[in-house]
Amino acid sequence: MTAAARRLSSVPAFDVDAIRADFPILARQVHGKPLVYLDSAASAQKPRAVIEAITRAYTDDYANVHRGAYYLSETSTVAYEAAREKVRAFINASSTAEIVFTKGATEAINLIAASYGRAFIKAGDEIVLTALEHHSNIVPWDLLRTATGCVIRVVPVAADGTVALSDFAASIGPRTKLVAVAHVSNVLGTILPIRAIADLAHAAGAKILIDGCQGIVHAPVDVRALDCDFYAFSGHKLYGPTGIGVLWAREALLDAMPPYQGGGDMIETVAFSGCTWAPLPAKFEAGTPPIVQAIGLGAAIDYVTAQDRDAVRAHEERLLAYATAQLGQIPGLRLIGTAPGKAAVQSFVMDGAHPHDIATVLDRSGVCVRAGHHCAQPLMEVMGVPATARASFAMYNTITEVDALVTALIKARELLT
Amino acid sequence: MSALTSRRTEDSADDLKALYQELILDHGKSPRNLRPVEHPTCTAKGNNPMCGDKVTVSARVSEAGVIEDIAFEGRGCAISIASASMMTLALKGRTVDGARRLFAAVQGLCTGRMELTTAKAETPVEMSDALDELAALSGVRQFPVRVKCATLPWHALVSCLDGSATATTES
Repeated sequence: MTAAARRLSSVPAFDVDAIRADFPILARQVHGKPLVYLDSAASAQKPRAVIEAITRAYTDDYANVHRGAYYLSETSTVAYEAAREKVRAFINASSTAEIVFTKGATEAINLIAASYGRAFIKAGDEIVLTALEHHSNIVPWDLLRTATGCVIRVVPVAADGTVALSDFAASIGPRTKLVAVAHVSNVLGTILPIRAIADLAHAAGAKILIDGCQGIVHAPVDVRALDCDFYAFSGHKLYGPTGIGVLWAREALLDAMPPYQGGGDMIETVAFSGCTWAPLPAKFEAGTPPIVQAIGLGAAIDYVTAQDRDAVRAHEERLLAYATAQLGQIPGLRLIGTAPGKAAVQSFVMDGAHPHDIATVLDRSGVCVRAGHHCAQPLMEVMGVPATARASFAMYNTITEVDALVTALIKARELLT
Repeated sequence: MSALTSRRTEDSADDLKALYQELILDHGKSPRNLRPVEHPTCTAKGNNPMCGDKVTVSARVSEAGVIEDIAFEGRGCAISIASASMMTLALKGRTVDGARRLFAAVQGLCTGRMELTTAKAETPVEMSDALDELAALSGVRQFPVRVKCATLPWHALVSCLDGSATATTES
């Protein structure tokens, strides 16, 4: 028995039809065809539990938080703070003081760059990134470089999409102040060895930030086991609403960092002679927060935690293995990103057909894939392609949908090449 | 049910055939005038930030306002490359004023604001024949997110003629 076959035979029971029934949108058609949604790495669809939690919050329990001395504001505050506790437990943080709600992972990383970066990173200090980063983990550091004169070092990515630990070791040095890396590549699916990178960073006296947008969905995350210093993720890729993200950081770091934005809710006292800040995490949550979005994220976390996550992961791995095998048989199609043990994200290009044209043809078969640079232009340069098409698989996708993708790709090839 | 969901499958297949018709695929695969211009008087880049497509249009315009040579360089999808290729064929030897009016007509055709007869009526007589071929680009009107692909080289053209260095489909 091959290793692959052994893996398949040991797949835990997983009822994908039951999962699909939880996602109302999956019942709809697109262009007269059943929806085949293969773009969950861009944004995942929402289970009914999330949609209903949002509706319930607006229908029954809505008021501003942390303000009114009246019943609704109290229940709203309790629900908002309960969501924070759900996030804390989900990533095994030691305290809710370490959970800062943001509008997304992008804002979380910008918060770190603007607050931690400007306070603690000086001219000549080095920030280590990888060539596979999403623009949201490149541009904030470019802005910081302009502001401070710090230096950005880039760890290379191999042709198959792997990033070698030895290249991290070579890039991290005494001047490194921060290592900022994706947990899982949104284009290639490569899973980075975070704990080992964190050890290298800490040995050099640097901090490590993880862009966890894809990682948080892929498998359970334990920020303490990863031994990272900052972990950022968005709600909408985790089956939750848009407009909500999470920054987790060690409490001591958040304590030492200056506020990111000023406004209501983040202060203790305000006077024209000077202000003092609210305790964590409020210090980093200026203004009325995304209350209902946080509650929706809490419901998404409940939904994800209620699943057998090993079974979900095995299901996604099976989809990826099947897709990889099937796509590999289409003439002229080349897979981009084939790192061992990768997450269920598969980019590809086709000879003589631009990814955008492929995506347009696929769409008319009801198949949704992402086409373009995936907010990772430097990685496109590394891979020597202007763009790719990308299929990403979530817990609700099926083998039949992979077949629909393959059929549509064969049609696209006939039409375009 | 929305208009999009109620459309029949056969319509979708026809839309695809209208978009990727032989003429478009031919220009997309074997673009004409994909080269630099000798002694250009103007050059402008067109960027589509959504997809990263890039088209640089260069032209040599005489003092009398005639486009003596026009060509493009860049990379992109079949639609943007075909549009650039067909545009250069249509504009060589034409006046700057004529080029601007042809741009308006192509934009009208691609967005669905104009049918071919209207577009022709609003274009100088000597150029209106060019619209018969350019009308092939109007297949994008059934694909709203792809309209920018077809108009990208034309935006770059206008920037080029206006003397500005870059155009973006976001403007």
